[in-house]
Order: sequence, then C-alpha cells, then structure tokens
Amino acid sequence: MRKFRPFDWRHNPGFGTFTALTILFLYAPLVVLVVYAFNANRLVTIWSGFSLKWFVQAVNDGNIRLAAETSLIVAGCATVCATTFAIAAALAFERGWNFLGRGIAVGVVMIPLVVPEIVVAVTTLIFFSMLDMRIGMLNLVIAHTVFCIPFAMLPMQGRLRSMGTACEDAARDLYGSEWRIFRRITLPLMAPGIVAGAILAFVSSLDDFLISFMVSGAGSTTLPVYVYGMMRQGVTPEVNAVSTILLLISAGLAVLVFLLSRPSAVSRTAGAPASAVPSS
Amino acid sequence: MRLKTTLLLLLPAIGLIFLFMVIPMLISLLYSFMTANVYGGVTMPLTVDAYVQMLFDQDFSGNLTFMPDYLWIMLRSFYLAVATTVLSLALGFPVAWYIMCQSPARRTLLLTLVTLPFWINTLIRTYCWILLLRDSGLVNGFLQYLGLIDHPLPLLYNQPAVLLGLVYTFLPFMVLPIYATLERLDPRLVEAAYDLYASRWRLFRRVIWPLTKPGIAAGTVLVFAPALGSFLQPDMLGGGKQLLIGSLIEMQFTSSRNWPFGSALAILVTAAVILALILQSRRTKAMEARA
Repeated sequence: MRKFRPFDWRHNPGFGTFTALTILFLYAPLVVLVVYAFNANRLVTIWSGFSLKWFVQAVNDGNIRLAAETSLIVAGCATVCATTFAIAAALAFERGWNFLGRGIAVGVVMIPLVVPEIVVAVTTLIFFSMLDMRIGMLNLVIAHTVFCIPFAMLPMQGRLRSMGTACEDAARDLYGSEWRIFRRITLPLMAPGIVAGAILAFVSSLDDFLISFMVSGAGSTTLPVYVYGMMRQGVTPEVNAVSTILLLISAGLAVLVFLLSRPSAVSRTAGAPASAVPSS
Repeated sequence: MRLKTTLLLLLPAIGLIFLFMVIPMLISLLYSFMTANVYGGVTMPLTVDAYVQMLFDQDFSGNLTFMPDYLWIMLRSFYLAVATTVLSLALGFPVAWYIMCQSPARRTLLLTLVTLPFWINTLIRTYCWILLLRDSGLVNGFLQYLGLIDHPLPLLYNQPAVLLGLVYTFLPFMVLPIYATLERLDPRLVEAAYDLYASRWRLFRRVIWPLTKPGIAAGTVLVFAPALGSFLQPDMLGGGKQLLIGSLIEMQFTSSRNWPFGSALAILVTAAVILALILQSRRTKAMEARA
C-alpha cells in the first residue's frame, strides 16, 4: 500500500512554526528596545519599574532637538523634490513613448537602489568636496533627493499600471487636452500611489545614516548621525528613548503605506471616479 | 504622449541621478588613479598606487613586498556576504513558500509583517542586538538566571554577531522576490507532480526550485550587494576587530585620509556588485529563453 498523498499541498506541517519563529526573530529585538525605553533604571537591561523620564530627557535635550529639526527639514525638502521628479518619471515610463534606450533610463533611475550605500556616500562626498560645495543642509537635501527618487517612483508605477488607461482613453475620445486629462483624470487616480511614494521617500530620508554621516558637515547633523554618536558613547536609556521615537515614526508611516496600497483600497478609489462618469 | 514630452518628463529624475550619482562615481574612478594628499583630497601625478596598495606594501625605496592584510579584509567581506545570502535563503525560502500557501488576506498580513522591518532604521535595528547580546544583555542575563552559565558568554564583538546582524537586516530582501515568483507559479504543476507520486523533496528539487530560480537570483543580488558594502553591522557588532571592506572605505575618508585608496576600494565593491547583477540578469534571461 502506498502512503497517503498530500493532495492538499498548501498544507505543510512545520512551515507555520518556522515562519512564526522567523517573524519572532525579526520583531523580538525591536520589542526589547521599546520595552526597555520605558525602564526607570539607569542600567538599560535591569528592569526596575515603568517610567517616561528618558523620553522627557531626550525631548528636552537641545542637541537632540536640533538634530531632529535638521532631519525633518532635510526629509521634507528631499520628499517634495523626489516626489515631483518621480511623478514625471513614472508617467514617462508607464504612459510615455517606448523609446530606444528606455531600458537604460530605467536602469539609471534604479542605480541608487543597487549600489551599496557606502559607495554612494563616499562618491557623493568626493563630488561635493571637489566642487567645494559646502552649503550645509542643501548638500544633504541633494544627496537625499537622489536616493529617494526610486523609492518614490515604485509605488506610483504600480498604481499607474494597476489603474489601467480606460478612463484616460475615454477622456481622450472626448477631446480632452493632454494637460486636462492629466489634471482631471490621471493625477486624482494616481493620488494613492503619490502619497505612498512620498511617504516612502520621507521614511528613507529620515532613516538614512551612512550618506548623511559622510556628507553632512558641521552644523547639519541629522538625528540618526547624532544617535550614532550617542551609541558610540555606550548603551544609555536616552538612546533607547530616541530610538523608540524614530522607530515608531517609521513603523507608523510604513503601516500607512501598506493600508494605502491594499488591493481593496485601490479598487475603492479606482471605482469612484469611474462611476461618477455618466454612462450612456 | 509624444516622444518629446516623454523625454522631458524623464529629464529631471535621470539628470539628477546622473549628475549626483553617475558622475561622482566616474570621478572616484579618476581619483583612484591619483596620489593621496595628506590633508585629504588628491593631487597629481596619476599612479596605480591605490590598486597596488591592496596587495603590496611599498617601502621608501619603492620595493614591493606582498602584504595580505587588505586581501584578508576583502576575503572576509566576501565570505560574510556569501554566508549572509545563504542563511537568508535558508530562512527566507520556507517563509515565502508558507506565505504563498495562505489565503489572500493572510498573505497580505504576513508580507506586511516581513516587509515592515525594512522601513525601520538600520542603525536602530542593529543597536537592538547590542542590548540583547552584550555581557550584561538580555541573553546572557537569561542564561545566568537559568543557572546554565556562571560568566557571561562573549556573544558580541565577533564574526557570528556581525553575520547575525547582516541576516537580520537583509532577510526581507530575500523573502519578497522569492514570494513574487512563487505567487506566479502554476499550482497545477505542483498537483501534477503529486499525482505522479513525487515525494515532497522531489517536488521541491525538480519542480519548485527550478521554477523559482529567477526570484532566488534576484533575492541573492539584493542581499549580497548591500551585505558586501555593509558598514553599520560590522562597526557596531564586530567591535573594530572584524574590519570589513565597508569600514575600510569609510576609514580612508575619515581617519586615514587616503582618498585614492578609498576610491579604489569603492570601485572594487561597485565592480563586484555590477558583476553579480550581470550574472543574475544573464541567468534570468537564459531561464526565460528556455521556458
């Protein structure tokens, strides 16, 4: 007699446990960090009661505030620039001409994702110092905009692809000008993709350490660079507190992106303008 | 959309990346052939000293003696990048397969869970392991509490700690591309294999693995490239003893002030990554041609 054959091949004993353990591996260290940020004890890993005092101390620290301000300004400017350029590029790739060299163009936009960060960091440093460009925060904004462009563009491309061209084609049939079609049809329809892209650009700028570390001069220290300096001094509860704040901001924004790009959210927003068009 | 509009729309993004990323790389290529200035930066004349320095030590009279110190750093970086890739694959493949077997709603949830850490600062994610692994950290504390050990184990500042940090950071890069290919796998092929009395292992070896190769290749490059140039994990978890190529490059621009050597090392890393990319795309193309 042959053994029972697993026709229900989607059921694999053991794989569930394995996946659960892997996810535990990904999250347990983060949970530890967050929990011990609320520890009253000066010695980070000895629990002696709940306390918010390290958060208060971190928020009131002038240097941390200054670094946080720099980070927010750089991330904000880089997000606006990267998102604008990414909208144009996403439209060109998804709706534009299939010109000779399109593959190369896609490759160039993806360079920041593929080249190791340390290489980007030192080559940017070399470039800025060769031009003797020491314009403080603007250096950082330029460097961040460059690596944020692909992060901002990918969700927009996905959105443009999934929403299809039916509405735009209909508008074109009705003699809408290209600009009008973009303003009234394409832009509102691709809005969730734009928001997702902008958030991803913001998060990647806010999280960046290595490039800011190499490129930023005196007076333009970002929060991760400052926190790195604190970590070199040793494990302190303030580091835990600042890290927890940064972690929660990034995680919160990332969850927002996932909610925005859910299939159900996509179909709901895509359905709305289509049904608003009167059917003859 | 007209051709002119397409090109105009692409101009800002392409132009910016070209100006601030491609041109700087070409400049570092040039810098790698120049002479180091003691105060940072470079001067003339053009030499290949930076590349010679990778393998040889040059004394004042210009005699070259073989010096394997930097070679060891490069080999160690390569070894750690390969080990990170293999471990990520071993962890990531079963996870991707499990996710693929779930209902659509659970798939989205699990994928979100796997992807979310990618958006959290690498600096912070690496720092977490210091909390866990150091002498007075949680793992040692727990083991001592259980009475299994008397003295804290040296868990931090060694090669396994760096490897752990690298796998921890780059694991999501492996799961996602593998999942993307598994999702497109035709389930009828799996059912056909079972109908023909294939064992689980045979099904994996003969059906699933070959069909998932493009995803595995993509994941391999996505993990290997950043692991090869990693800086934070060896810096924070290796404790300075485990110098890797990323830290070596950083040192040339900060403490050592040898920009040509740093540029040459950066060019080397970039070349390795480009080579990996070419190999991957050729394999994928060959796969598609056969299919």
